[in-house]
Amino acid sequence: MSAPTEITESAVTAAVNDALAAIAAAVDSAALKAVRTAHLGESSSLAQLNALMKDVPGDQKAAAGKLVGQARAEVNQAFTAREEAIVREEQTAQLAAEKVDVTAAASRWSAGGRHPLMLLQESICDAFVGMGWEIAEGPELEGEWFNFDALNFDADHPARAMQDTFFVEPVDSHLVLRTHTSPVQVRSMLEREVPIYVLAPGRVYRTDELDATHTPVFTQVEGLAIDKGLTMAHLRGTLEHAARIMFGDGAKIRLRPNYFPFTEPSAELDVWHPTFAGGARWIEWGGCGMVNPNVLRSAGIDPEVYSGFAFGVGVERTLMFRNDVSDMHDMVEGDVRFSQQFGMVV
Amino acid sequence: MRVPLSWLGEYVDLASDITPEQVQADLVKVGFEEEDIHGGDISGPIVVGEVLEFTPEEQNNGKTIRWCQVRVAPDGQVAADGGDAIHGIVCGAGNFFVGDKVVVTLPGAVLPGPFPIAARKTYGHVSDGMMASAKELGLGEGHDGIIRLAEMGLDPEVGTDALELLGLSESAIEINVTPDRGYAFSIRGVAREYAHSTGAAYRDPATEVVAAHGVTDEKSFGNEFPVSVDDQAPIRGRVGCTVFATRIVRGIDATAPTPSWMVSRLKLAGIRSISLPVDISNYVMIELGQPNHAYDLDKLAGDIVVRRAHKGEKLVTLDDAERTLDVEDLLITSGGSAVGLAGVMGGAHSEITDVTSNVLIEAANFDPVSIARSARRHKLPSEASKRFERGVDPEVAAVAAGRVAQLLVELAGGQLVDEGSYFNHFAAPASIELPAGFVSGLIGLDYTDAQIESSLTEIGCAVVPAGTGFTVTPPTWRPDLTDKWTLAEEVARIVGYHLIPAELPVAPPGRGYTVAQDVRRRVSNTLAATGHTEVLSYPFFDEETNNLFGSPTEARVPQVRLANALDATQGWMRTSLIPGLIGTAARNRSRGLSDLALFETGLVFLPAAGVSYGQDVVAGGVRPTPEVEAKLYAGIPPQPRYISGLFVGDAQSKQPGQKALAYNWQDALVAVQQIALGAGVAISVRQGMHKAFHPGRTAELLVGDVVIGYAGELLPSVAEDAHLPRTVAAFELNLDAITDAAGVPHTAVDIRTMPAATQDLSLVVADNIPASDVLAAVVEGAGELLEEGILVDVYQGAGIPEGQRSLTFALRFRADDRTLTAAEATASKEAGVALAASRFGATIRE
Repeated sequence: MSAPTEITESAVTAAVNDALAAIAAAVDSAALKAVRTAHLGESSSLAQLNALMKDVPGDQKAAAGKLVGQARAEVNQAFTAREEAIVREEQTAQLAAEKVDVTAAASRWSAGGRHPLMLLQESICDAFVGMGWEIAEGPELEGEWFNFDALNFDADHPARAMQDTFFVEPVDSHLVLRTHTSPVQVRSMLEREVPIYVLAPGRVYRTDELDATHTPVFTQVEGLAIDKGLTMAHLRGTLEHAARIMFGDGAKIRLRPNYFPFTEPSAELDVWHPTFAGGARWIEWGGCGMVNPNVLRSAGIDPEVYSGFAFGVGVERTLMFRNDVSDMHDMVEGDVRFSQQFGMVV
Repeated sequence: MRVPLSWLGEYVDLASDITPEQVQADLVKVGFEEEDIHGGDISGPIVVGEVLEFTPEEQNNGKTIRWCQVRVAPDGQVAADGGDAIHGIVCGAGNFFVGDKVVVTLPGAVLPGPFPIAARKTYGHVSDGMMASAKELGLGEGHDGIIRLAEMGLDPEVGTDALELLGLSESAIEINVTPDRGYAFSIRGVAREYAHSTGAAYRDPATEVVAAHGVTDEKSFGNEFPVSVDDQAPIRGRVGCTVFATRIVRGIDATAPTPSWMVSRLKLAGIRSISLPVDISNYVMIELGQPNHAYDLDKLAGDIVVRRAHKGEKLVTLDDAERTLDVEDLLITSGGSAVGLAGVMGGAHSEITDVTSNVLIEAANFDPVSIARSARRHKLPSEASKRFERGVDPEVAAVAAGRVAQLLVELAGGQLVDEGSYFNHFAAPASIELPAGFVSGLIGLDYTDAQIESSLTEIGCAVVPAGTGFTVTPPTWRPDLTDKWTLAEEVARIVGYHLIPAELPVAPPGRGYTVAQDVRRRVSNTLAATGHTEVLSYPFFDEETNNLFGSPTEARVPQVRLANALDATQGWMRTSLIPGLIGTAARNRSRGLSDLALFETGLVFLPAAGVSYGQDVVAGGVRPTPEVEAKLYAGIPPQPRYISGLFVGDAQSKQPGQKALAYNWQDALVAVQQIALGAGVAISVRQGMHKAFHPGRTAELLVGDVVIGYAGELLPSVAEDAHLPRTVAAFELNLDAITDAAGVPHTAVDIRTMPAATQDLSLVVADNIPASDVLAAVVEGAGELLEEGILVDVYQGAGIPEGQRSLTFALRFRADDRTLTAAEATASKEAGVALAASRFGATIRE
């Protein structure tokens, strides 16, 4: 194509048509770049026509300028549109090419998990902290005074022998592995001001051999409330509330007469829920009662002024019927599959 | 406590169609948990048969069997199994004769086992049933032969239902009796409780015996064996014996058979039949709850004195064991010699034998504490001691002695003569003031005065109105009723626990979790979320393991040792969590789970060296003085909470596009920093030593300048001893030390937003200088323009002198207020280099 010598409508139209055809024919950004040089660059026909403007007589300048300006605008617009389309197409193609199989992902992280006994303790604690209770703690290796005497277990009472206690050498040191979390009751009463509303989770020990339903090392959660005017109805209300939080709104509780040295009256606590493993039924959950006046006296609290209630539940047992764990071995053997199936939630 | 239902039914009305399950359910309501159901595991047809004839037939195996013709139904009638009146039966026993009445289990019967009976071909005959032994019927061990009913004093009609005859169709419930309810270790007590639960009519067997046999509480009746108590050393001020009743029965036949109804009831009650006199003694104990003992009168040497044992005194008890007695042991003596360990076990010398003719029956009441201690001391928990420890009704002793005597007369052909003795020094139960409103105020349910009065009266109390309340005197069989709280429980129990309403108390505003409780949970959650698995292990180990892990340097570590460990070789409480993790890792690997990042939190037991821990015996029921209280606390060894982790196998398994990457010491250090993150507490690392860890691959971990733990690689030999691969990484931290440092609100640093300048720096320095020290010098020297320095490479080899190494750091500089020039950054870097050079001789790598 020879260089134009004069701005004519046909020359402009020809240049525009050439440019539009070239733009439409460009299939990728490289081709489009060549089109830009050829049809929009300084040596392009339109640029050359534009350069002729200086030679146009004054009375024709306006018309010629309009002619060339509109032509350049039309070509530029077509070019921009084509450029955007090509970029879009090329991005789409690249993304398509980058497709992976997300089900074949490698991982720099492997799953861990909490032990469900720990999670369940935390969950029970949350229920009570939500009611304004606090969490109390004590040592696992205890003095007999905290574990027995202060809890109204007379040294010669059969109830004390029935505790299957681990004793520490020398035996006259009167140290034991705590047989229940109840010594934390005593510590709480000695160390805190009434009113007291505390929950004490922790490990306890009995000389039972490990089998499907027993373990010498197990976990309890103990509750203690000391205040003016507390009644067994308050005990029942508290346990019912806790059962609903732990098991769901359908949970019910039942109290049956029983005996514990540290409570009077004492009760066995059963819980019922429609979705328990094995069907809707009553399951023995723990023991409870009104704090025995001798226990209050051991801590210097006047039983004529204050009353209190206490309860204790087994965490392993709760896990068994709440989460359908059928064998105690799984809870104590540390098989990672056991914790990992729970992850972070029990 | 096992309770045969027919026995229970003698003293309380039971519905005719009552089931064992229903009786248990009724008793649960008044506080007796169900344990089991016994009996009901045998069914007929089982009938009385008569041996008409038999032929002994020797077998190839050397055994001789008898081919018997046995009449199992009267002539002309059909047998209970629908078969002929005469059955052919093969029998292996040889202890019977033609004409004997025996027990025949016919086809269709089921014996305990379960062992179904069917006609079967054996020894060349079709044996159409079986002649049963006592053992096969579950009636006790006995001899191997079959039952000859004549030996039991029975001569029933052929075809009689033997289940009924022998009381075999009965069942018993087993219930748990709590330690406060000693009286319920008797049919008498359980019947009373059943009446409380159901309202059924109760008949006190004690009253009935008195009425029927004229035993009263007269204080003495003429005899040559007067009884006295000479307790020179009462325990806790309580005289060892307060009630003693004796009765003498002469001319018994000690070999007379125990009637089958008694054998059956005893068996259902869990007691094996031994001989008639012993069976009677046990029978009365179960019925009335009163342990008792029968002596061979002719072996007693004279006056009966209850006293404490002398030092070194010996007694051969009924189990033929010679026991050296303790001065606290309470004895029954006759003519000065011990004839029984009171309330625990009788002596062998005066034991009833087959030739015993004259018997002295003892029924006494002993101090529970004295009996409990003797039973524990001699490891002789018996049916008797179990009852005495829990308290026996002092009023029932004379009744029981009379009941034994009556049964010996009835069943053993004895003569009841007017000989015996009785005294009762038992203090009458103290009365209790029960103020108006107390029960309702404790239980939270409004009880009427009528409810309170009738509940307490029902359980045997004397209830007298006193002011607006009551004065209550408990019955003699309820030593557990000692204060108004125990009475409140009885009212609540008798009226029913199910009526107690539910009311939620409002606790005062709580402070939520403590910092330590909160941090522990955050730390564990952080580790679990970053790929670690929480496990729990038992804290019992051997002494050497505790020594190895319990201290970085000391060969021996003070330890807590159990006196009665389940496994005596593992009787020491853990001083570290790592041994538990090692065992857990080994167990996982044995199950094919080889890539493990484990962690555990828990208490370790760390008595301090040279400290003698322990408590004095301090009575409960009153708050100790501040001095005593302080000692009670101080006597407990320290038990800090640790957190530990263990790593073995691959951190990253081989995966698409990714090679396997093994766990090593660095993972332990990463976990420590994850803990630091979770706790919000800075934990620093420096080279360290611990005797359980690899000497060159161990880090000491510090909070501030206090060492709180270790991380690194375990000694390869430790790993291999546990059958783990050579490379096992671990960490152990004192979690209490971390939580103690936690909870301080973080002071924020303003984020600087001016452009950063980055430069790399390679320093050559002696290879024994920790990289962290070199970096610290650079950071310190560079001053505040250096925002961050990170070690990015360590190089040793060509171009670096022997004994030195090159450390490359990536440095990022930034100013608060301006864009740094390259010259400023370089000047800051050079200041850092200068300090590293002066401190460690570091030079810039050319």
